[in-house]
Amino acid sequence: MEKFTIHTGQSVPLMNDNIDTDQLIPKTYLKRVEKSGFGEFLFDDWRYLADRSLNPDFILNHPDYQQATILVAGDNFGSGSSREHAAWALMDYGFKAVIAGSFSDIFYMNATKNGLLPIVLDQNAREKIAHLPSDHQLTIDLEAQTVSVGEDTYHFDIDETWKYKLLNGLDEIGITLQSADEITAYEQTIPSYRA
Amino acid sequence: MQTLFEKVWQEHVIKGEKGQAQLIYVDLQMIHEVTSPQAFEGLRQANRSVRRPDKTFATMDHNTPTKDIYHITDLISKKQIDTLRKNCEEFGITLCDNGSERQGIVHMVGPEVGLTQPGKVIVCGDSHTATHGAFGAIAFGIGTSEVEHVLATQTIWQKQPKTLGIKVTGQLPKGVYAKDIILALIRKYGVDFGVGYAAEFYGETIEGLSMEERMTICNMSIEGGAKIGMIRPDEKTFEYIKGREYAPQDFEAAVAHWQTLYTDDESCYDRILTLDVSTLAPYITWGTNPEMGVAFDEAFPAIKDHNDTLAYEYMDLHPGQMPSEIPIEYVFIGSCTNGRLSDLQEAAQFIRGKKVHPKVTAMVVPGSRPVKKAAEKMGLDQIFKEAGFEWREPGCSMCLGMNPDRVPEYVHCASTSNRNFVGRQGKNSRTHLCSPAMAAAAAIHGHFVDVRKEVGEN
Repeated sequence: MEKFTIHTGQSVPLMNDNIDTDQLIPKTYLKRVEKSGFGEFLFDDWRYLADRSLNPDFILNHPDYQQATILVAGDNFGSGSSREHAAWALMDYGFKAVIAGSFSDIFYMNATKNGLLPIVLDQNAREKIAHLPSDHQLTIDLEAQTVSVGEDTYHFDIDETWKYKLLNGLDEIGITLQSADEITAYEQTIPSYRA
Repeated sequence: MQTLFEKVWQEHVIKGEKGQAQLIYVDLQMIHEVTSPQAFEGLRQANRSVRRPDKTFATMDHNTPTKDIYHITDLISKKQIDTLRKNCEEFGITLCDNGSERQGIVHMVGPEVGLTQPGKVIVCGDSHTATHGAFGAIAFGIGTSEVEHVLATQTIWQKQPKTLGIKVTGQLPKGVYAKDIILALIRKYGVDFGVGYAAEFYGETIEGLSMEERMTICNMSIEGGAKIGMIRPDEKTFEYIKGREYAPQDFEAAVAHWQTLYTDDESCYDRILTLDVSTLAPYITWGTNPEMGVAFDEAFPAIKDHNDTLAYEYMDLHPGQMPSEIPIEYVFIGSCTNGRLSDLQEAAQFIRGKKVHPKVTAMVVPGSRPVKKAAEKMGLDQIFKEAGFEWREPGCSMCLGMNPDRVPEYVHCASTSNRNFVGRQGKNSRTHLCSPAMAAAAAIHGHFVDVRKEVGEN
């Protein structure tokens, strides 16, 4: 997994609530057996017109937001299916972080496993960020747990374990396998009816 | 004093303190073809093995064609199916292959073979995994990285969620079902009331429900934002499991333990929500998330925000219209929410001796082969076929349109599935979630009718 330490970039607002995983990546594109190549289909129904030309009214297609690396959204982002393809599509497109009012629990975990930083900020902060001129630069500092732009700095919370893994880009399975003895010891305590 | 959830959770903590990420033991991982290929590939690349293939169980469902289950014409679907077959063979995992006796939707198969049991931690790369919580298990959907982690370690890192008690009281009126309970709850409390919580459904109404009805309710926990939805195991639970293929050999010891799995007192929950069902009506969704629903005799609500505007536009409906005015042209009865035998029995009641409306295309897709066979033994397939329904092979089918079953563009579908998201059942499809009874009656009339008035007519 890629490390996330400090990232500076442009944000793009897509302030709808309940942006679900069917919008992030329609199931037609879930049939691949690889993790890559999903960026092209991110927000597929919104980004493309029926003839697959770009929808000029969709903000990600706006010329001013072509460099955006931070998505700003409403509440309950990533609701619906458990498809990690949603996180892969966001990263493959070029996003490094998503700032939302809240995240679905499953999406939140999927994001952290891939180095995509999910940040919860209140509506006031998100509205301010959403209304920045498009040439702004936002800085996210994971160690300090802050999002800053100009004079404004916003604090966000994150569990220490996810933070540590993101900061160091760690292979979670590798870490867990260091506890193999503890897992084996636990298995020996499982009663026969649950074995 | 603890909740049901806390008791089961505590039995599974390997390391870590409450309030921080903890390493949790997983008793059962169910896998399917869509969310597992990248996980197996990850194992291969790191030269890792599956720690407990005996605690891993695979089935095929999302891509399964329901017309001719043995011939997949979509080559990309076929590759995903073949990849699962190859992975199960290579890593020694039991697979219910397409067409086999036990095959079905992953959340049907677990309970049917008896793997789903109280007190277990069960995961699957699918958000409807909460279905298994109906047995008093902690069951939740995970992403593919977590699937790989569980394959390699039989554990998962999780932060203990808060607990949410959902108290359901009152006698359910005739013609109103478990599906209406969960749709009403989501309408009342929204699509994100359960974010950050493990939910437990309880109260006299829940106790009175069958195991199949309980599964319908837990199945849709995620539509209210809760990735875990549980119900206290009781005699019905034990009776359901008894004698199934993977039921514990030491059944009495198991039951003795399962009987200790309950919430000590309501005051243990971090939050409580309530619903009285004594005057509940059948529910139908009008919009593009499960919260956008109304009771049968209620007009569609006024627009309150931009999300509503977009939903009305997409559905081509407007505030003030009644559910009976929706022009239904497709009817889908099936899915992990409502693809069980009792669902098909309920639906058949409204169809017996009648004909599907000429403008309606209707299909029944049993959730699993055991359900299909049991229904055929009872002659339900004949009732559906004589009425003009298609009778299909088991799979996820039209719930999500990853296989050939789709709702055509701009067509309104009465669907017993769980999600009415934009494009969920096919591009520009218009989904109306409802109970099997409401869907069946809509197939006959070409629009929704009040099934409370039709119950017992036949």
